[in-house]
Formats: sequence, structure tokens, C-alpha cells
Amino acid sequence: MNGLPGLNHLIVLPVLIPLIVGALLIPINPTRHTLKFALSLLSGVLLWLVAVTLLLLADGQHWRAGIGVYLAANWAAPFGIALVVDRLSALMLVLTATIALAVLVFSARGWGRVGTSYYALFQFLLVGLNGAFLTNDLFNLFVFFEVMLAASYGLVLHGYNIRRIQAGMQYIAVNLVASLLFLIGVSLIYAGTGTLNITDLAVRAAKLGAQEQWLLQMGAAILALAFLTKSAMWPFGFWLPNTYASASTPVGAMLVLMTKVGVYAVLRVWLAVFGDHAGALNQFGFDALIIGGMLTLFFGAIGLLASQEGARMAGFGAIVSSGTILAIIGHGGAPVLAAGLYYLLGSTLAMAAFMLLIELTQRIQPPGAALLALTMEAFAIEDKPEDPVGVGIPGTLAFLGLSFCACALVITGMPPLAGFVAKFSLFHALLAAADGPIPLLTWSLIGLIVFAGLAAIIAFMRLGVRTFWASGVVKPPRLLFSEAAPVAALVLLCVSLTVQAGPVFNYLERTTEGLHRHQDYKKRVLGTKAVKPQPNSREKQ
Amino acid sequence: MELVLAIAVGILFGAGVWLILRPRTFQLITGLLLMSYAVNLFIFAMGRLWVNQPPITPTNTIDPSQLADPLPQSLVLTAIVIGFASTALYLVIMIGARGLSGSDHVDGEEPKA
Repeated sequence: MNGLPGLNHLIVLPVLIPLIVGALLIPINPTRHTLKFALSLLSGVLLWLVAVTLLLLADGQHWRAGIGVYLAANWAAPFGIALVVDRLSALMLVLTATIALAVLVFSARGWGRVGTSYYALFQFLLVGLNGAFLTNDLFNLFVFFEVMLAASYGLVLHGYNIRRIQAGMQYIAVNLVASLLFLIGVSLIYAGTGTLNITDLAVRAAKLGAQEQWLLQMGAAILALAFLTKSAMWPFGFWLPNTYASASTPVGAMLVLMTKVGVYAVLRVWLAVFGDHAGALNQFGFDALIIGGMLTLFFGAIGLLASQEGARMAGFGAIVSSGTILAIIGHGGAPVLAAGLYYLLGSTLAMAAFMLLIELTQRIQPPGAALLALTMEAFAIEDKPEDPVGVGIPGTLAFLGLSFCACALVITGMPPLAGFVAKFSLFHALLAAADGPIPLLTWSLIGLIVFAGLAAIIAFMRLGVRTFWASGVVKPPRLLFSEAAPVAALVLLCVSLTVQAGPVFNYLERTTEGLHRHQDYKKRVLGTKAVKPQPNSREKQ
Repeated sequence: MELVLAIAVGILFGAGVWLILRPRTFQLITGLLLMSYAVNLFIFAMGRLWVNQPPITPTNTIDPSQLADPLPQSLVLTAIVIGFASTALYLVIMIGARGLSGSDHVDGEEPKA
């Protein structure tokens, strides 16, 4: 360990901070909204600072090979649980903290006041998300997934009405079954290899006998079913549009992030275990990912065309983005993956902003004046939080229109924003990756991405026209600063992602190249020794 | 013993799968419970089956071939706790849904015949 050993404890903070704050929030009287909000905001800001520090540390010279290892309870790696931060997990932590901050501020005046335990559940959701991004142990990943899911069950039902319950029942049932599959997969992998540490698994996978190899393959495939259910790959993603469309706005924005956890888990495990070093198991399952990703992309695009409602569109948009990234992971190769990660950043930020924006644009039309009043009414949300009483900000319509435009540009991948940069570099990387004639699969992937873009353009145009131009009596909606600011911040982030595409791409290229250097992980994770004197070792799980 | 355990796991899981495909919430939760029992037994078996072997030994000389694998036992403990908790949570939501919609169908409404 070089550098300050104390800095190593930063790695566990993204799990500890929300855990402690969440526990503190529970006994506080539910009517003290301001105190609860202030505590949550404090946790959010701290998380963001820690995440950015971790990103700088992982990208700097602080840790060898840019991989920080924290041995929970001071047990050395294959036996204890190791938390590992590298460039990828640091990036995901920053993304989580950013969106969480925006969503927290957004829900300060409205949704945060509806239920009793909103803020506490939100913090526990962050525990699960951050833990899933940090852990290097499959069973610990299961535990963090469950923490995340348990919190999300509560949040999906936030603002309890019949529609949320109907969607929530299906969401929970699907995820409970997926968790069981997760357990089966994990135990099969343990039976085959005798380890649950992802890095150790990668080392052992290459040297397995035929029978163990078979167990590992079976386990990994079943494990993938659980991950892919979370990331809504076709045909496991039917729960998603309903859940998105019925969840309250801030929860919907967090759900966008949750689909990315499944994608992240696939990326992490598959690159580590079935990469180039894996011998006979090299590239196991990657074909299934690319085909499944493409089917998901197609399904999402059709769904986008078919959906009338903003939130449902966002759900299918999330399916499209999951499908794209899964197909890219299946395709593989460091430059392609870097472009894919850039796409993930842009689309996640834009989608979260869009989820928040939907609620604000819905205030434009007085109820009943909508073009599709009948459809809308059939799905109407019954108990909304009370209408905000703040003064209308002048130019709200212009603000909403511009933000909508920006989100649509990023999600559809039109110039000049981040979505275009992402798709352009993606196509470039895909075409450059083929030596010799470009395979049919690559062409069809490119074709499908273009098709999904077209579908998204049509869907967004229709929604935009209906919302801003054809809604009849337009009354400038009243927005609170605390609602407009997070949307503006997320949109501005998308813009700066475009302006700073160069440095971001450099970082992402370092990320994906690092992910392919298995020896570094082996040395760092398995080579980190437990600290000898341990007066204040921390406990986890 | 392997055969007995395998058949038991298979029957439990199969019954669970059949039940979660049924339309009523009681059938669904019973199915989930049966499936989680099957999975717990399955995890346990993945440490290989041992009879009369302690997982942890107090002696200094450790002969791994004489000990049961302790890790699946701790995994199964965690899995039981988590499964139990999430099923209990689901039960609460089902009761809420029953109260709010007046139907115990998983869609939250009676199918229109």
C-alpha cells in the first residue's frame, strides 16, 4: 500500500454514509420534513464528494494500477469480502451520487412529503446501489442487490394507490424469482470453483476440469438470468414499462439507475471471468449477450413507438439503452466498450432528467385538455402531492421546452449533444474493430441502433408536439426552483459531457483498458494483505 | 441420499413454479416460499453432502477431508434470512392490495370474463 493508508477507508464510506443516515432518519418524526431533507441532502453531498475523490484516486497514482482494495473486517481477499474500487466502479458511484442528489432536491417540496419513510428508503436504496458497485464478492453482491431491491419495493409503492400496487406486485414477484435464480447461480459457481470472489474466480476459471467447467458455465448462465432481469433484457423486461409508468417521478428517475446495476454486474463478472485469459471458457456467453441485446433494442424501439405516455416512453427508452449496452458488452473490445460507457453516461443522465421533466410538463395542460384525454384519464394518477404553491418562474414554458429538447436530443442521439457523440464514436469503434470485411452481426447492430434512434425521434416528436403545441389552453405551469434546478443541472451535465467529450473519452479508454488487464486485478485484490494490528477494524454486511 | 435430496429439491421447485404461474396471490406466495425452500436446500447441497461431520473443528490439526464445508452453511443462513424478510414484505403488500382493490388476483383486479 502506497500513500496514506487512511484514504483506503474512503472505499467503504459510500456504503456506510447512507446506511447511518438512513438509520438516523427512521426514528425522526415524519412531520419534520425539513430536518429529514437536510440530513438526506447532507448524505447526498458527502456521497458525491467521496465518489469524486475515489474517482480522482482511482485515476491518479495513489493506488497501483488504479485499483483500490478494502478488506472488510480485515480478512484477506479470497476468504473475506473485498471491496474494490477501480475506474469503472468510481464512475458508477459518481453517476449514482449525481442523480441521487438531483432527485433528492427535486423531491424536497413534493414527493418527499407524501409518505412517511421516503427519505430513509432512499438512503437504503443508495446503500444497495453503492455496495453493488463496490463489492468484489458474488454473494455480497446478492446481499447488496437485496438491500437495493427491498428499498425499491417500498419506493415503487411510494404514494400508495391502486395503480402502484398493481405494478408493484408484479415488480416484486419478478424480482423475488430473479433473486432465487441469483442464489442458484451463485451456489453452482461455488460448487464448481470453490470461490465467490470475482477475481479469484477469474484466476481459477482458467484451470478448471471439464466437470467443474460445466458447473461454472451453468451457474454463470443462471446468474446472468438474474442480472438480465434487472437490466430488462428481452424477454425478461416486461415488468419494466409498467413499473416506470406507475412509479412516482423521483422513484422513476432512480429506477433508471437501477437497470444499469444489472448491466454493470454483467460487465464486471463477464469481463473478469470469461475474458481472453479464460482458456476454454474464453468468450462464453458473449454471443447470447449480443443477440439478446439486439432483441431488447428492437423490442424497446417498438415499445417507444407504441407508447403514448411520457413515463412509459422513458421505460422503453431505458430498455433501448440497456439493450444497446448489453449488445456492446457482447461485442467486446476496449474501444467499443469505452464508447458504450459514454453512451451509458449520457443516456442515464438524460433519461433521469426526462423522468423528472415529465411531471413538470404534465402541469402544462389543465386536466382534461389533453389531446388523448381518454387514454390519459384511464391511467390518471389518483393522489398527487398537493400542487406547489410557489410563484411561477417567468419563462417556465421556454425552460421546459428547452430541457425537453435537450433530453430528446441526447436520448435519440441527434447532434449536437452527447447522444450523437456516443453513437458516432460507437459506430466508428464497431467498424474499426472488424479486421477485414465487417461481419453481418455488426451491421445489423448498427442498423438496429439507427432504427431505435428513429423510433425515439418519432416518439419524442409526437410527445413534444402534443405537450407544447397541441395542448389547447396553455397555462404557464408553476415551477418551484427546487424542481427546476435539478432538471437544469442534469441537462447541463449532458451538455458539458458533450463539450468535454475528449477528457471523458480518455478516462473511459483508461477504464476499459484497465478492465482487460486481469493480472492487475489478481495482483491487487489477491495480493493485498490484511493489516496486522487491528484495534478498530470495521464490520460489514 | 443424493437421490432423495435431488428429488425433494425438484419436487419443491416444480411445485413452486407451478404455483407462481397461478393467478391468486396466496398461490403466488406459497409458490415463492416453496421455491425458496428448494433453493436453500440446493445451496446446502452445493457444499457436497456430508454426514456427521462438523463444519468447524476446535483442534489444531485440520484435515479438510474430515470436515463439512462451512461456507454454504453460512450462505444458506443469509439466504434464509433475506428470503424470509422479503417474503414477509411481499405479504404486507399483498394484504394492502387486497384491501385497496378488493381482489386477491395478482393483477389487482378480477379478470373480465
